[in-house]
Amino acid sequence: MELTGAEIIVRSLLDLGVRHVFGYPGGSVLHIYDAIFKTPEIQHILCRHEQGAVHAADGYARVTGEVGVALVTSGPGATNALTGLATANMDSIPLVCLTGQVPVDLIGNDAFQEADTVGITRSCTKHNFLVRHVSDLARVLREAFHIARTGRPGPVVVDLPKDVTAARCDYVHTDGEVKIRSYNPTVVGNSRQVKKAVAMLLESSRPMIYTGGGVILANAAPELTRFTRLLGAPITNTLMGLGGFPATDPLFVGMLGMHGTYEANMAVSHCDLLVAIGARFDDRVTGKISQFAPGAKIIHVDIDPTSISKNVKVHLPIVGDVKNVLGQMNALLEAQGAKDHQPDLKPWWDQIQSWRDKHCLNYTQKQDCIQPQFVIETLNRLTQSGAIVATDVGQHQMWAAQFYPFDRPRYWLTSGGLGTMGYGLPAAMGAKVARPNETVLLITGDGSIQMNIQELATCCQFHIPVKIAILNNNYLGMVRQWQEIFYEGRYSHSHMAFGPDFVKLAEAYGAVGLRATRPEEVEPVIKKALEIDNTVVMDFRVAEESNVYPMVPAGKALNEMILL
Amino acid sequence: MRHVISVLVENEAGVLSRVAGLFAARGFNIESLTVAPAGDEQTSRITLVSEGDDEIIEQIIKQLNKLIPVIHVVDLTEGAHVERELMLVKVTAEKEVRAEVLRIADIFRSRVVDATPNSFMIEVTGDATKLDACLELLKPLGVIELVRTGQVALSRGNRGMIKN
Repeated sequence: MELTGAEIIVRSLLDLGVRHVFGYPGGSVLHIYDAIFKTPEIQHILCRHEQGAVHAADGYARVTGEVGVALVTSGPGATNALTGLATANMDSIPLVCLTGQVPVDLIGNDAFQEADTVGITRSCTKHNFLVRHVSDLARVLREAFHIARTGRPGPVVVDLPKDVTAARCDYVHTDGEVKIRSYNPTVVGNSRQVKKAVAMLLESSRPMIYTGGGVILANAAPELTRFTRLLGAPITNTLMGLGGFPATDPLFVGMLGMHGTYEANMAVSHCDLLVAIGARFDDRVTGKISQFAPGAKIIHVDIDPTSISKNVKVHLPIVGDVKNVLGQMNALLEAQGAKDHQPDLKPWWDQIQSWRDKHCLNYTQKQDCIQPQFVIETLNRLTQSGAIVATDVGQHQMWAAQFYPFDRPRYWLTSGGLGTMGYGLPAAMGAKVARPNETVLLITGDGSIQMNIQELATCCQFHIPVKIAILNNNYLGMVRQWQEIFYEGRYSHSHMAFGPDFVKLAEAYGAVGLRATRPEEVEPVIKKALEIDNTVVMDFRVAEESNVYPMVPAGKALNEMILL
Repeated sequence: MRHVISVLVENEAGVLSRVAGLFAARGFNIESLTVAPAGDEQTSRITLVSEGDDEIIEQIIKQLNKLIPVIHVVDLTEGAHVERELMLVKVTAEKEVRAEVLRIADIFRSRVVDATPNSFMIEVTGDATKLDACLELLKPLGVIELVRTGQVALSRGNRGMIKN
């Protein structure tokens, strides 16, 4: 069947199972938009900025595990998409971003709305393609989806010159595996290494499990839960790994790292065996690298060989899909009857309990002023720990991680690697499109929300009711906190003395605005917001100078935490 | 330590910038880099010389392997291998030193590929140390300009980089 390039793109998307596209039209993608117009099976969500479109596709991918799809035009459309791509790249989120490009014979001529898209996206994507011939189009799209979702997932850009989308070519629907001879990720763990790992696990008297976003990406939460319970070992998650193991399980000691719990950081510092699974020893996790887990042997399971021994030398590397490797280890542990062969872990757990007794997340809710932590605890209580929670970046993000427990994977959306302010609202929107029957919360700050606030219009146009909780302290809170602690309180440009009236702003967009200024108003505002079938902006006027504790100062070791 | 790394890649647009971009972005150093088609239409072979401790070289090899169009990566310095580089060097050669230039060229089994009344262009092939040694002798005579290709290398023995 002969189709135009644009029709091939839309047909390919359908054949690849795509039903939602987040995008923004422009000159170079007009043929594609015309084909979308004629294809009611694909719902296109018109975002208000290309960055929003990519973050929305990212949020969609995080909650579903499927490849998110964004569509933007050439030049500024592509450059606006960059932050979204870099965000997804750092967090290994599978998405495909289709970018318009000027016609092939104009490439390199500084044409109107031309940018060297493959050049500028090379370092912030897993891979990218420029399609020069319509005959390559269907194959490249299949390869792009395959690369995005397999191995260590990531964003893939497909750059589409306008004339290629107009040219005609036969389209044949193809099923089955995509084969790329130079791309063959290792998915099954080496069985000898797995055996060695199990032997080390059964010898350890102070084991510690440390898991990251890889567990979520690999859909390995059931295997991880089984593994942890078989060993009866303490487990910590990174910011990206929250939800990989039930947070309400007694084996969970909380998040680790800069704003992790005291017990998690102390346990990592004192364990004799650290099992890192789908985590990459990020500097925000390790603190001072030379003093990270100093007395521990380290086992590292990851699908990406470059993550292994990059920051921390490991004793036993296992390359593979963490779901497979955990399954392999579980089978051996079950066959051997793990608990009969392990040393007694009770002294270890007693020590952990003594760290837990510090109650490192304590705070005081005063009478007259809303503490930000209290808002999150109330949100958690009124949503029964069951909402999908997106965040932006800063203090509110850390408080959300500390005070909203996740028992399930894919309910937590946050920009962990790149730390992108402005991620939250579009990501929440993408999540709500994918999961219309779930409550989707955005926990944000007065700084972050203004970085992509235009997406309120998208929420209202397409009736995507997300509930937005702004912890409004008139500051870029995390910047202010660092200035307070490390710069003797010189608040250089962290004070947002003027902010919009978020209630009126919400109303201007067609959303609902609510405000709480006193502690007793928090609960009624949240209850009301959850009842309204519309996007709601909740403006919580919180204590201006609250700090996130505990905290590992930058460059210090994990056991040098500052407690409140 | 100096490592010679051979990289077999798909012969497609943009591969070289992916490799070069990787080295720049991650702060790996490149002493030399050569690239040319590998004897068929589909593949090219890149030979990289880089300096670094074992951890850095391990990261370089892993990061190269992670690039989608990279088919295979081998650190040739791990085994017996042959290295070659070609240098063209233009030397001033007035009457009294013409014979001296030719003598040096002869010692290094190089060839004169261009000559004028007051200069020679010499083509020298060998490993990097041989080229350096040749250059040391020519320099006092007056080197006008020179160009080197960078190292190319293959492992010794009857096996190729990938088993067919």
